[in-house]
Amino acid sequence: MKKRKAGRLELERTKWGYFFIAPGIIGFLVFSLGPMLYSLFLSTMEWDIINPMKFVGIENYLNLLQDDLTWKSLRVTFWYTILSVPLIVIVDFLIAMLLNTKVKGISVFRTIFYIPSIIPLVATCAVWMFIYNPTYGLLNGVLRAFHLPVMQFLDRPSTVVPSLAMIALWCSGNTVIIYLAGLQSVSRQLYEAAQMDGAGKLKCLIHITIPMMTPIIFYNVVMAIINSLQTFTQAYIMTEGGPANSSMFLSLMIYNNAFRYRRMGYAAALSWILFVIVGILTAALFASSRKWVFYETKGD
Amino acid sequence: MRKKRTKTKVNKGSMILLIAFSVIMLFPFFWLIRSALMTDREIMTMPMQWLPSRPMFENFGEALTRAPFFRYFLNSILITGVNVVAQVFSASFIAFGFARFEFKGKNFWFAAILSTMMIPYTVLMIPQFIGWQTVGAYNTYLPLTIPAFFGNAFHIFLVVQYYRGIPKDYDEAALVDGAGYLRIYTHIMLPMIKPVLCSVGVFAFMNTWNDFLGPLIYLDKEMMKTVSLGLQIFIGQYTSSWNLMMAASCLAIIPMMIIFFFAQRYFIEGITFSGLKG
Repeated sequence: MKKRKAGRLELERTKWGYFFIAPGIIGFLVFSLGPMLYSLFLSTMEWDIINPMKFVGIENYLNLLQDDLTWKSLRVTFWYTILSVPLIVIVDFLIAMLLNTKVKGISVFRTIFYIPSIIPLVATCAVWMFIYNPTYGLLNGVLRAFHLPVMQFLDRPSTVVPSLAMIALWCSGNTVIIYLAGLQSVSRQLYEAAQMDGAGKLKCLIHITIPMMTPIIFYNVVMAIINSLQTFTQAYIMTEGGPANSSMFLSLMIYNNAFRYRRMGYAAALSWILFVIVGILTAALFASSRKWVFYETKGD
Repeated sequence: MRKKRTKTKVNKGSMILLIAFSVIMLFPFFWLIRSALMTDREIMTMPMQWLPSRPMFENFGEALTRAPFFRYFLNSILITGVNVVAQVFSASFIAFGFARFEFKGKNFWFAAILSTMMIPYTVLMIPQFIGWQTVGAYNTYLPLTIPAFFGNAFHIFLVVQYYRGIPKDYDEAALVDGAGYLRIYTHIMLPMIKPVLCSVGVFAFMNTWNDFLGPLIYLDKEMMKTVSLGLQIFIGQYTSSWNLMMAASCLAIIPMMIIFFFAQRYFIEGITFSGLKG
């Protein structure tokens, strides 16, 4: 009797549980899983939206592997990731440490570092286009004032990616805030104990702060990599992939193929390449995290 | 005594560094406002002129008339408003199911939904676009609003974490009193999770207001465009009118600034929460 009642209660709970998560399941199927599968199907087709689809098998993948622009675009995307991720992860850590000191007006400083990350990216692009402008830009105005040679920033293949990486650093305020919250949650007692043992500031940083912060560093590294691999807007607005395709990010190439040249199948194949890269990198990071990320067990 | 002195020295050092970094961070804003208030001629003087001789507030009016920015604003406000309400509602509703019930398949669906955070938007954009086009929703606001009703993985995660901090006694007591689960959700849980819903709200506002790629692929009619999309077109059309471009950018930034100054703590709390529990 009691058992049956418990069984009915469980059924009831399952029913209500699914009732509440149903929109999430529908959203997952309709807006994520379904599109992913459709995109995989599409990547085996040749289609310009107007004429009927034509099955081409793995031809799109073979073509994109032979396309120089694919490799160029992969190089650009990786180069940008390799530049911007360490920059963001390390510089923001140092800024968070500065923000963690007890000085006056700390909340004003915190706001200053955070604000660039909340303004519309299109506006950010407009401002930085003008800052980098070769003739009337801020940076070249300063360089001229010091009688230094003018730089091309966005208009030269060798400087365009580093210039875009600097913008990414400027907009990375939420990384600073996450670090700051982590720093504030490191137990005081650990530092006090270390100081009793005669450990200096640097020792404390290496042996307490950094190990305790590894879960947060890990989170920020994962987010920074995922974001930088998806970079689109900056390149679309500021450089259109140029000069000479030296800022042709993978996302921009996907967009161009899909919405400019109407090569839907080819674009879908490219987007699967991006998805696989993001997947492999994230999996690798999670696998490596066991070696270097230190998780405090709740028990002690 | 000595200890105190080294401490103040350290603080002075950090203060100097903080000020130096802050100046660098603020320079783009200075440049934005300075250029928005200048005449064409002043912008093009050599050597560079640091400040306008007279602030040209007319530039803002000029930018507003060169493109239908008022219309863009209305459109953005409409889309953003729907998204904020829908995201807050869907995240709290779905998260309630994940956080307050034990049932088979729960962990599977939770993991499935969270895994969507790793999918780049560029990958989903092509099939989603084709889907919306097939149902005749190209050039409507449906693709930019409907998905919000089905929850966003990050927001669901935030709210689930928050629910977990609320003792289950509340639910059980209410059940004993004869309240249904819907009533527990609307009358007991919603009031208790207000802070995290505010965070979800400001994130939804920020993501929708700043979204560029979505409007870019779905909106083609001039009168339907959003602020970000309108600003991008403006940048393309007035490539050499830097002062107007900067004035228009200022205008696009203002709503985010207003939200930030009124709801600063919800931005910070939301981010903090995601980082620490993530």
